[in-house]
Amino acid sequence: MTITTETGRYGRFGGRYVPEVLVPALTRLEDTASHLLGDPGFLTTYEAELATWVGRPTALTRAGRLGEAWGGDLWLKREDLAHTGAHKINNAVGQALLAREMGAQRVIAETGAGQHGVATAAACARLGLDCTVYMGSVDMERQAPNVERMHILGAKLAPVTGGDATLRAAINEALRDWVTHPETTYYLLGSAVGPHPYPWLVRELQSVIGREARQQMMERAGRLPDAAVACVGGGSNAIGLFHPLLDDPIELIGVEAGGTSSELGRNAATIGSGSPGVLHGSFSYLLQDEHGQIQETHSVSAGLDYPGVGPEHAWLAESGRVTYESATDDEALSALYELGRHEGILPALESSHALVGARRWLADNPGSSVLVGLSGRGDKDIDILRGLAP
Amino acid sequence: MSSRLGGAAALESRLRGPGTSIVPYLTGGYPTMAVFGEALDALSGSEAIEIGIPFSDPMADGATIQESSRVALEAGVSLDSILTKIQSLGGVGSELIVMSYLNPLMSFGYEDLLPRLAACGVAALVVPDLPLEESGELGAHSREHGIGLVQLVSPVTSQERLEMLGKASEGFTYAVTMTGTTGGTIGGGEEVTGYLDRVRASSRPPVLAGFGVRTAEQVRALGPHCDGVIVGSALVEVIAAGQDPVAFVAGLKP
Repeated sequence: MTITTETGRYGRFGGRYVPEVLVPALTRLEDTASHLLGDPGFLTTYEAELATWVGRPTALTRAGRLGEAWGGDLWLKREDLAHTGAHKINNAVGQALLAREMGAQRVIAETGAGQHGVATAAACARLGLDCTVYMGSVDMERQAPNVERMHILGAKLAPVTGGDATLRAAINEALRDWVTHPETTYYLLGSAVGPHPYPWLVRELQSVIGREARQQMMERAGRLPDAAVACVGGGSNAIGLFHPLLDDPIELIGVEAGGTSSELGRNAATIGSGSPGVLHGSFSYLLQDEHGQIQETHSVSAGLDYPGVGPEHAWLAESGRVTYESATDDEALSALYELGRHEGILPALESSHALVGARRWLADNPGSSVLVGLSGRGDKDIDILRGLAP
Repeated sequence: MSSRLGGAAALESRLRGPGTSIVPYLTGGYPTMAVFGEALDALSGSEAIEIGIPFSDPMADGATIQESSRVALEAGVSLDSILTKIQSLGGVGSELIVMSYLNPLMSFGYEDLLPRLAACGVAALVVPDLPLEESGELGAHSREHGIGLVQLVSPVTSQERLEMLGKASEGFTYAVTMTGTTGGTIGGGEEVTGYLDRVRASSRPPVLAGFGVRTAEQVRALGPHCDGVIVGSALVEVIAAGQDPVAFVAGLKP
């Protein structure tokens, strides 16, 4: 389960498939990040930011009423309580600190649901860094509250109308910006995807989720859960939860976006329905046609609406250590309302996919315990949810 | 057509010939497969022609080639249909260079792809998202069929890497004139020519400059510092406007 840091390979997946012009920037990032993530001074600064600005550790909540309804012991790792409302901030603040150390003149980022955009805007404001966020126009419309938040935090919004006008197109545009300004710009990638060292770097910064959850479970329940579940788009919150639990005897379940059906183009279940290929700098599973053209995806949740997946997840799927399944739009919506009405928590649509996985696990394993990575809060989804409540 | 020397070697020797080669770039199957075939035929007086394989996510390309790729894909164009078109022309007088992002090549399968490219007379492959460190497998397959795997260098490439890439490149070395996407604006003067001189000094095969070349004046300025130029976005714009690509290319000759 370890990686070869020189090449960034996870089994046969990963790598660094980028234009030559980005190779020096990625090498610099790899050298700086591997040095600073082992540097006590840098880590002290990072951890202080997590504690006093992000609000870590986030709570572990025992969901008693919903657990009873679902027939088991349900625990929620509450990343929705982190500053800006999702796990994305763990990575954004860590990388923004790296960008400052590297002397970057500006930071660019992509965003789907807007959570990574808001987190990056916030971290850049906090550190006084110039920030531009690329976001697909379709996503800007369906996640309008986050667009407003980014404006308020001083980020420049760069709408992307090309391609599918969602997360994938936003990453393409951010990469084009970076290819144009490779020496002055820091690309603050938000998921565990992309060329090496990003999948490794994002995992390292998100692993705080799994480390805290593991310790909190031991303190509160006196044991580890039987299963841990997280949603998987690019897969940053999932790898953050799973990585510290890989060596434990725990069932690990990733839940992809099943959209409206299993037909190509109607979902974003990359591991479930995809095949290996190269997109955005790494070799992983992709939703593609028989000619290697990337396919459009659909999910009610903008954050999971992406035709690729992090290379480490591809490896964890292939090795069998993690099981990947999918939840449809309707299943995710029903789980969202169930959590809201039993526990008084409005989860993000993304995180609601993980709840579906937990509900299924408990149906199959009644009386067992399950830990859910509740990756974010659902305020951003209000416009989608309006009128849908049962 | 490739000689018995192998496509890459034949391409190198043609580019080394006198004068500045002007290498036209065509998006495969754009604006239609028929018009693409006519343009390829009409431009076959060039030493070499670069054919771009449309990809859904062309991260190194600017607006013009993104759009031409989108139009071609929407019409159902694929690597396979482009190669079928080339084969149907029964030989083009120019050496052929294929530019493709990695995924369509990988999806085709290297075992089937390279013999097919060789049968089409392809001399070299340009893969903009495949840096040298990741190119072992494709490079090995290409070499087996005499097809060169071209390395790209940029103004931010270090001297050490320039030498490594210049030594490894086959067919030609692709000197990207600027940091940016295709169709952008080249900075002027000594900054570019000095960079091209450095590329040339460290490159084993001939050097072609590309990205943002669109005027005869630029060709005159760059010509003494490289073996030729690739004209991409500007030519695609000419084709999009329904104008004559041959006249445009002829007008670039210094």
